[in-house]
Amino acid sequence: MKGLIFDIKKFALHDGPGIRTTVFLKGCPLNCLWCHNPESRCFDTESYIRVDKLDGKSFNKQKTIGNWMTVEEVIIEIEKDKMFYEESNGGVTFSGGEPFAQYEFLTGLLIVCRKKNIHTTVDTTGYIKREQLNKIHKLVDLFLYDLKHMDDKLHKKYTGVSNKLIIENLKWLSNRKSNIKIRFPVVPGYNDSEKNIDLMRFLLENLYPDVRHIDLLPYHKMAGSKAKRLGLKQQVGGIEEPDARKLGYIRKKFEEIGFTVGIGG
Amino acid sequence: MNKRVRILREQSLNAINRLSHERAVLVTDYYQNQNTRGLSKPVERANLFEHILKNKYICINDLELIVGERGPAPKATPTYPEITLHSLKDLDILDSRPKVSFKVDEKTRKIYKEQIIPFWKGNTNRDRIMQNMDNEWLDAYEAGVFTEFQEQRAPGHTVLGEKIYSQGMVDIQKEISEQIEKLDFYKDNNAYNRREELKAMYITATALIMFAERHAKKLTELAVEEQDSKRKEELEKMAAICRKVPANAPETFHEALQYYWFVHLGVITELNPWDSFNPGRLDQHLYPFYKKGLKDGTFDTEKATELLQCFWVKFNNHPSPPKIGVTAQESNTYTDFTLINLGGLKEDGSDAVNELSYLILDVIEEMRILQPSSMVQLSKKNPDKFIHRALKIIKTGFGQPSVFNTDAIIKELVRQGKSVEDARNGGASGCVESGAFGTEAYILTGYFNFNKVLEITLNNGTDPATVKQIGIQTGDPTKFRSFNELLDAWKEQLNRFIDIKIKGNNIIEKINADFMPVPFLSVLIDDCIKNGKDYNAGGARYNTSYIQGVGLGSITDNLTSVRYHVFDKKDITMAELLKALKANYRGYDELRHKLVYETPKFGNDDEYTDLQAVTVFDCFYDAVNGRPTARGGEFRINLLPTTSHIYFGSVIGAMPDGRKAGKPVSEGISPVQGADTEGPTAVIKSVARIDHIKTGGTLLNQKFSPDFFNTEANIVKLGNLIRAYFRMDGHHIQFNVVDAETLKDAQKNPENYRDLIVRVAGYSDYFNDLGEDLQNEIISRTEHGGM
Repeated sequence: MKGLIFDIKKFALHDGPGIRTTVFLKGCPLNCLWCHNPESRCFDTESYIRVDKLDGKSFNKQKTIGNWMTVEEVIIEIEKDKMFYEESNGGVTFSGGEPFAQYEFLTGLLIVCRKKNIHTTVDTTGYIKREQLNKIHKLVDLFLYDLKHMDDKLHKKYTGVSNKLIIENLKWLSNRKSNIKIRFPVVPGYNDSEKNIDLMRFLLENLYPDVRHIDLLPYHKMAGSKAKRLGLKQQVGGIEEPDARKLGYIRKKFEEIGFTVGIGG
Repeated sequence: MNKRVRILREQSLNAINRLSHERAVLVTDYYQNQNTRGLSKPVERANLFEHILKNKYICINDLELIVGERGPAPKATPTYPEITLHSLKDLDILDSRPKVSFKVDEKTRKIYKEQIIPFWKGNTNRDRIMQNMDNEWLDAYEAGVFTEFQEQRAPGHTVLGEKIYSQGMVDIQKEISEQIEKLDFYKDNNAYNRREELKAMYITATALIMFAERHAKKLTELAVEEQDSKRKEELEKMAAICRKVPANAPETFHEALQYYWFVHLGVITELNPWDSFNPGRLDQHLYPFYKKGLKDGTFDTEKATELLQCFWVKFNNHPSPPKIGVTAQESNTYTDFTLINLGGLKEDGSDAVNELSYLILDVIEEMRILQPSSMVQLSKKNPDKFIHRALKIIKTGFGQPSVFNTDAIIKELVRQGKSVEDARNGGASGCVESGAFGTEAYILTGYFNFNKVLEITLNNGTDPATVKQIGIQTGDPTKFRSFNELLDAWKEQLNRFIDIKIKGNNIIEKINADFMPVPFLSVLIDDCIKNGKDYNAGGARYNTSYIQGVGLGSITDNLTSVRYHVFDKKDITMAELLKALKANYRGYDELRHKLVYETPKFGNDDEYTDLQAVTVFDCFYDAVNGRPTARGGEFRINLLPTTSHIYFGSVIGAMPDGRKAGKPVSEGISPVQGADTEGPTAVIKSVARIDHIKTGGTLLNQKFSPDFFNTEANIVKLGNLIRAYFRMDGHHIQFNVVDAETLKDAQKNPENYRDLIVRVAGYSDYFNDLGEDLQNEIISRTEHGGM
């Protein structure tokens, strides 16, 4: 069995506790307008032109995004930094794309990590079939669970899918006392309205009380330049980065309901 | 910092570096006018030491609390004509060069022309050394295969232990006299030599007491004239301190610092030993005085801070003595490599971190000056709080303190045969060099250019720069059938050049033992007195001579390029590669692109590549480690460059990793600048594949952008990163925290960045004082941007 990986990043400091290796699985069922990983969306390899500079000269080289790897191959990469995980209580984070979209492959990875006593985090959109979540959730030490919008119509408009499954899965996981941290990509003009934040607060307040942390992920303009560099389609342009005042305000709103709030993950 | 310290610091920062003729004149006078015939060499040198301290100008600066300057004023730097002689042209270069200049006035020029140069020309220790080197050595030296540390500075590189904090010079003299009494002229055929050496030591101890007394006298005179009653009282107190130490053991914090400072001046006046001199484990030595002062109420943390800050300024007033000729390139800096050690372990193996360790970290953070340099020793027994505090200073981006692995240092020293107690009393000095403080003479002898040896191998024993056959004819590389044949050829050349270097070292060590004894330094380092033997002759308890390998990252990438493309993938032929190298890649853009971008590189936790690093390391270790030195010690290896990787790069043509002719090679054990693309954990994994315990120090430089240090959580994670590296026996890591944009701006507008200090290689320097190539290198060093 092989899975499609588009990057493996060592010394990741913002994807869970301690020093981590983040494995990016390629392909996502969502289609967020503000997606900052344009290379993460497609479920197949893609080619692009890499421009290498050398003494002011440019060299154009055809390259592939995405690499089909076996579980064993990925585990070898993960285990390379085991000493750092031990020292820092870190581990591996599976991100995407949507890692659950490669369900069997991810299961294979999680089983081996559990056997090898490596802490696992899955960074997910929550858009996953319940029976799959049911089978796999006990293998995950920590969920980084993205919430993008509470209004289903707008959710569909901005991400291409309904938020019903996402919200239900979050409640379900929370009731099973899974270890969950919420992530909220703050995209000005799209999901930072007072109303949306109030609805989020209502949902979060009523989750099982172990879930009490949220990371605000401010939209970053780098998304655009990355898409351009890779020759990929950019979803939407002209989004502003949220200012510090706005972020401070949102932070306060979540602190009011007893959450600890991180900015930038 | 208070007003006094602010003024002293500012004065030190603004003082102009000048060349002082004072010492040169006194040394020349001595040899011209005093009758030295009939004196043994040690006594002759001891009398010279006394002559200098008796006649040099006593400089006491306004407001200071710790007194004593090596020259007539702060940053007035003496020369050592008995070691090396500056020509008039050298003086012009020093005066006018844009970086690391020393102003030379007309009077000095005139004195040099009329007195110094005529007397010393052809008669310096450097001349003596060069006359004794054979052609093989001279050829290799001129080609840049290695450098020679002792050609312009005396052997040194040692650190003071705890001796002076419990013994005055008078106590030490008693010990010397007892040793003289004990000499057995019937059975010991070295008894005369021992007596002369011990007599010389005695003379130098008397001289240092006299030197302090001269300060006391001047302080008393100043006190009489002083109008301000508070300062008057201070001056009187300082005079009393100078009358007490170094003659007697210190009893207060202030006395301990002043004592050390006189000793420091003595060592750097006697000769110009490499890497200045060093109080070493300052938080350990001063802690009893600190505690005592707090307890008896004569003293508080504020006073301790002020005294330490005044002490810091003294170091900054003493730049490294300037070199002559081309050697300036090899290590061009005002830094004289005094490295304050904090933390680590006590002699009994317990955690040595104390309140003073933290207080000194505060001083380092507040002072932000070039000298002294500082480091923290981190043992698994030291608390996390200690490394987190240090990281918060590192974060401010002036390259200090660097972080050392105490447990690795102890293992290194014990492996070399030291007692575990002596090892625990040790630490690192200079750039990253492990040593047993107070008991070891560990002398660096020169940098060794791994990559030049490869270039000579690829040219069948000929140096392409001079077209001289200086190596062995190991065969035409195009005929090599396997990668191992190339490795074997490289190894053969390496062994030959190491032999040449070691032969030279053994001659030079004897020359220094016979002609340049250092009786004062010998007073300080155990067991020179007990052995009745000079520091330079093997009198110390432990004697080690190092050869410093340079360019591990580059040689690994060069060998890997050949292995990968010529022998494994077979997509480039050796003949084609050699042609491209000869053409300096002109017309070979595509090939060069392949070598730079499509070739595995060291520093990415890739076993295929890292294997070459291990092979190079093992060959170097086997060639050097354990061989006997002329002083009765052993040769050992370490891996550090100072700035020699720039010089070494300048003598090498294009290389198989895509590097063009003349460009720097990699520094320390760090990957080639920009070749590490997998982040710091991968770099650490790669460099930990070599066995650090078999060295006397390795240098790893990691550049981080400041945002890595922004949160408490990240500080903790960086602490974890260091701990993990140290679990793998990593010796040292330093962080350069600054973003490339800042540096580029500093390059364009140097006037706005007078205080910008960056980590160069085992030491920090003012960015503005670095040559443009070194500045560019620091800019291009990989920035680990994080997620």
